[in-house]
Amino acid sequence: MMNAVWAFLMLAAILYALATGGEAELLTRTLLQSGEAAIALTLGLTGVIAFWSGLARIAERAGLVTGLGTMLRPLFVLLFPSLRGHSHVLTAVTLNVCATFLGLGNAATPLGLRAMTLLQEINPDKERASDAMCTLLALNTTGLALFPATVVGLRLAAGSAYPTAVVDSAILAGLAATVVGLACDRLLRRRWRN
Amino acid sequence: MAQLIVLLVCVTIILAGLLRRVAVFDEFVEGAKSGALVGLRLFPYILAMLMAVNLIGASGLLETLVARFGGWVELVGIPREIAPLALLRPLTGSGSLALTGEILRVHGPDSFLGLLASTVQGSTDTTLYVVTVYFGAVGIKRIRHTLFTGLLADLAGLVAAIIVCRLLFGAG
Repeated sequence: MMNAVWAFLMLAAILYALATGGEAELLTRTLLQSGEAAIALTLGLTGVIAFWSGLARIAERAGLVTGLGTMLRPLFVLLFPSLRGHSHVLTAVTLNVCATFLGLGNAATPLGLRAMTLLQEINPDKERASDAMCTLLALNTTGLALFPATVVGLRLAAGSAYPTAVVDSAILAGLAATVVGLACDRLLRRRWRN
Repeated sequence: MAQLIVLLVCVTIILAGLLRRVAVFDEFVEGAKSGALVGLRLFPYILAMLMAVNLIGASGLLETLVARFGGWVELVGIPREIAPLALLRPLTGSGSLALTGEILRVHGPDSFLGLLASTVQGSTDTTLYVVTVYFGAVGIKRIRHTLFTGLLADLAGLVAAIIVCRLLFGAG
């Protein structure tokens, strides 16, 4: 998929420029200078991701992820009615969403895949997504996060005077996306059986 | 407000760590190490997508497309400079990251467009990637309404980002 998208973007740009008489030299320079720009972006966001991962690691060790999970448990019982009686599966699901929320980048995806594996064990049809899987995906495709480290790093690299200015706007927009995603999942899971 | 959130979270986490007798410095360093690897591993992806994004900009293709369809997307309230980002966001994380970087460079990170682009980039995860990885890992073939749900949520996030940014950062 990515192969097709990337090839399409690259070829469309080059062929369009050649067809409309664009400067070959400008395009070549753009290609070569992308490396420098990519390094600047990468360094900026790496610094902030590392900062946040350090804090998130302390939070995890202090039991804040499991604590948040315990606090939000009633909400998850409501969101995943089919996991009644599968307490350990619900725990895995909760931990995944809480780790994502706190920005534990390295831990969140393994936790999510573990939750998917446990969900698959109790899934009657191994090729069809269960209701609980669909809800978990609705939460993860939105990936609501307390602190959007990557984009803050990007803003820092771009010389922003207020790199964290978008922390609250991103949370609000993310919340709206999450609510719509969950509502859509709720409405469609009865109708869209296959 | 946002500046305060980061400092408050910082204080809360360190205090919670001390309370639970966590070796806060050691754990911070350990976490930062894995975070740095996550960031640095992004480099080749960012490079590849930045090449494509910058080429599309330099070739004049983006300008032509935005001039052609810009009026239509602005009719529904989406700033024309943001439309390409909104399209790319659910498809590729590194691609939309590169495009956001480019929007920040051209319009400035603290301009309305820069703030809106940052919000769009920061408010959701990459739908297509998550669906592929999560279902791929356990061999699910019939994904039902998940892709549709993810894309609809992205659209809702976009609309919310525009409204929230207008309210928080003024018109633009």
